[in-house]
Amino acid sequence: MTPSIVPNFGSENSDRKLAIICSKGNLDMAYPGLILANAALGEGVETMIFFTFWGFDMITKSRMNDLQFSPAGNTAMHLPGHDMHIPQSVMPVPGMTAMATHMLKKQIAALDVPEVPDFLDQIVAAGGHLWACRMSADMNNLTMKELRDDVEGIISASDFIEMTDGAQLLFI
Amino acid sequence: MPVIEIAGKPVNVNEEGFLTSYDEWNEEIARELAKQIEIEMTDEHWKIIKFLRDDFKTQGETATSRRVQTVGGVPVKEQFVLFPKKPAKKMAYIAGLPKPKGCV
Repeated sequence: MTPSIVPNFGSENSDRKLAIICSKGNLDMAYPGLILANAALGEGVETMIFFTFWGFDMITKSRMNDLQFSPAGNTAMHLPGHDMHIPQSVMPVPGMTAMATHMLKKQIAALDVPEVPDFLDQIVAAGGHLWACRMSADMNNLTMKELRDDVEGIISASDFIEMTDGAQLLFI
Repeated sequence: MPVIEIAGKPVNVNEEGFLTSYDEWNEEIARELAKQIEIEMTDEHWKIIKFLRDDFKTQGETATSRRVQTVGGVPVKEQFVLFPKKPAKKMAYIAGLPKPKGCV
């Protein structure tokens, strides 16, 4: 018989940190950052997310429930489950964005992956930190009261760089 | 695959130490596994472990943290308190199940 084998769950005091910059507000581009943040937190990695430019919509109360997905300009877009591409020429027809958004949301829900606001709730519950970009707030005339209550502050890019000293960084 | 002795019983595990046979698990083994990763089992811990065991039986795969919250009724925040740092993997380990496969 082999002697005892205990999984290595890493040191309790690991100082690994991950900083994620979310700069996109399309529904499909909101998810990569959230999925990676959630995965990192589940691995015991301290995680900080900085929302900037279009990514600001993910934490803006009046917009966070209404992120959309458009297949226009995305040449990788094909019919779900098929290799056939959808011609770019049909993308701008009225209702295409609404239909594509609806379909994407359905596919995401089928995998039991939450909608963006719920997902951020989970990330905060897991210990993640949310920060808003000062320049984006100023451009959109937004203050803390228009943002999710768990956003920790509106800070400058330099503040974020300073507070994520030593972290691995992802720009999405 | 290695066979190791836990709580006086030989059990099959994978190279990381996760049990590989659903039926070789029992509560005494779970307590021992928990001790090895410095977790002291309370009623709250057992509630999750029992949910994971039952859920695996019907779903054929280990519930993710998300599912432990939405179906098992234990909020993610509490999971992090009960099984610090890496709740999903630690819960699966103690429940004698494979690591969850899902991304979320």
